[in-house]
Amino acid sequence: MSDLMSNLYVLVLAAFLGFEVIRRVSPLLHTPLMSLTNALDAIAVVGAIVIAGEQRGTLATVLGTLAVAASASNIVGGFLITDRMLKMFKAGPKTKSS
Amino acid sequence: MSPEVTSYIIEVAYICAVALFILSLRWLSAPASARRGVLAGEIGMGLAIAATLLHHGIISYQWIAIALVVGCVVGVPLGMVPMTAVPQRTALSHAFGALATAMVGTAEYYIGVPNIPRFTMSALGIEVILGSLTFTASLMAAGKLQEVLPQRPITYKGQNVVNLSLLAGAILIAITLVLHPEMSYLFPILIIISLAFGFLMVIPIGGADMPTVISLLNSYAGLSAAAMGFVLQSKLLIVAGALDGSSGFILSVIMSRAMNRSFTNVLFGAFGQVQESAVKIEQKPVHSATADEAGAILAAASSVMVVPGYGMAVAQAQHRVRELYDLLSRRGVSVRFAIHPVAGRMPGHMNVLLAEADVPYDKLLDMDEANLEFPEVDVALVIGANDVTNPAARHDRSSPIYGMPILDVDKAHTVMVIKRGMSPGFAGIDNELYYTPKTLMLFGDAKAFVGSIVRELSSNGAAH
Repeated sequence: MSDLMSNLYVLVLAAFLGFEVIRRVSPLLHTPLMSLTNALDAIAVVGAIVIAGEQRGTLATVLGTLAVAASASNIVGGFLITDRMLKMFKAGPKTKSS
Repeated sequence: MSPEVTSYIIEVAYICAVALFILSLRWLSAPASARRGVLAGEIGMGLAIAATLLHHGIISYQWIAIALVVGCVVGVPLGMVPMTAVPQRTALSHAFGALATAMVGTAEYYIGVPNIPRFTMSALGIEVILGSLTFTASLMAAGKLQEVLPQRPITYKGQNVVNLSLLAGAILIAITLVLHPEMSYLFPILIIISLAFGFLMVIPIGGADMPTVISLLNSYAGLSAAAMGFVLQSKLLIVAGALDGSSGFILSVIMSRAMNRSFTNVLFGAFGQVQESAVKIEQKPVHSATADEAGAILAAASSVMVVPGYGMAVAQAQHRVRELYDLLSRRGVSVRFAIHPVAGRMPGHMNVLLAEADVPYDKLLDMDEANLEFPEVDVALVIGANDVTNPAARHDRSSPIYGMPILDVDKAHTVMVIKRGMSPGFAGIDNELYYTPKTLMLFGDAKAFVGSIVRELSSNGAAH
């Protein structure tokens, strides 16, 4: 039960932390924010890797393998496109104008 | 290495990954540090994956290796799509992420059955329901955005009753499984109902509501990963899922506020249909202008505010707009861009398109900044935006968009609107902005029209 409680603590703290950190992201970068969190969310790959490698029945191995592939594509694609987008955001020549 | 040492190393690596993920999002707050954020995320992810490969339970690496290679092969093209395809790519990656959590949840169920503790089974139920419904809903959203499926809302009688009973059914089955995890025949039914719910949930949603829906699906994908963290007892997953979940949640709140609507209204409102009665096309006179007139007005202005909308994206006009920006800036005209939060098909869509066209990001203003400026602006040039510029939202209580925050385009000295014709926008509402004496309508395709203004201005410039 103490495991459950400490996990709940982590969930609540992380949700509040996420709220505070993400609130500061400028609306300018909302699209890269979404693709970056998408890549980070693919951390589900760590669960999938263990299931794919544990060999606990064909069904589990097949599902685990597919899940690793799906998450890995999100990791690679998500980081790649986020970086491509961010590279395009350039400041103007004179920042203190207008 | 003994198993204890290995699991200790894994935990330490996971803690570092968590810290890097948080830094990654922290650095994303400003364009200057944002790319460092991506790097931090990549290092964190690499650490977490490398550490997981040390897990003592792993017997065979064959399938893991194959899956990682396949994932990269699929992921690289998905990372290289053109910027115009970013909304559908994002929806597709939500689908992949949700699919992964639903599959891991399913595997965990069949590995554990029939001895699954109640709490684990509850988390598993949440993980599988959210994962499955997000999978089909995101696929539908991607299909609508790619225009493989019709963008308009599809509605039928009793739709909300059907959807809500499906959801209620899924929750009931999940509760039954929590009490009797051994009733394994219920598990496939749970998945099928959740998949069906996700599919039906997005059918009634129209194109202009996509920013809210994509954000909401982002949030669901995060929550299902967090639920997976509870099943697997992994704090790393709980944190990453909570970060993604809160990010999606914040974006959904911003998007629905920008449309002055609630989540329930977006999901169960089928906006387009409600509005049909509101269409009253009156034949009122409008003033129109040609490209050379428009060019002359722009060149004579000292400040111009461009208001881009989804129409600019559809017409792929962003590069022409950039040429216009260059020409006018060279003549000493201050050109800036006013971006409504729900312009386009996903949060931040316009910013990415304009950044791709090399418009400096300090010229992109958000709604509040832009509204402070409009009264001082000589010319507001609206390109492919409609409802977000309708002054009726401020004063006409009978208007369906009353109360929606808008860009105060009508406060500029002169307004020019590039539009294909006089047809009303997505919500089917006539825009009174078009009939005011200070508004000039520029009829034509956004890309072609901006192109002719550019030609007009550059030939003029050459003559001098």
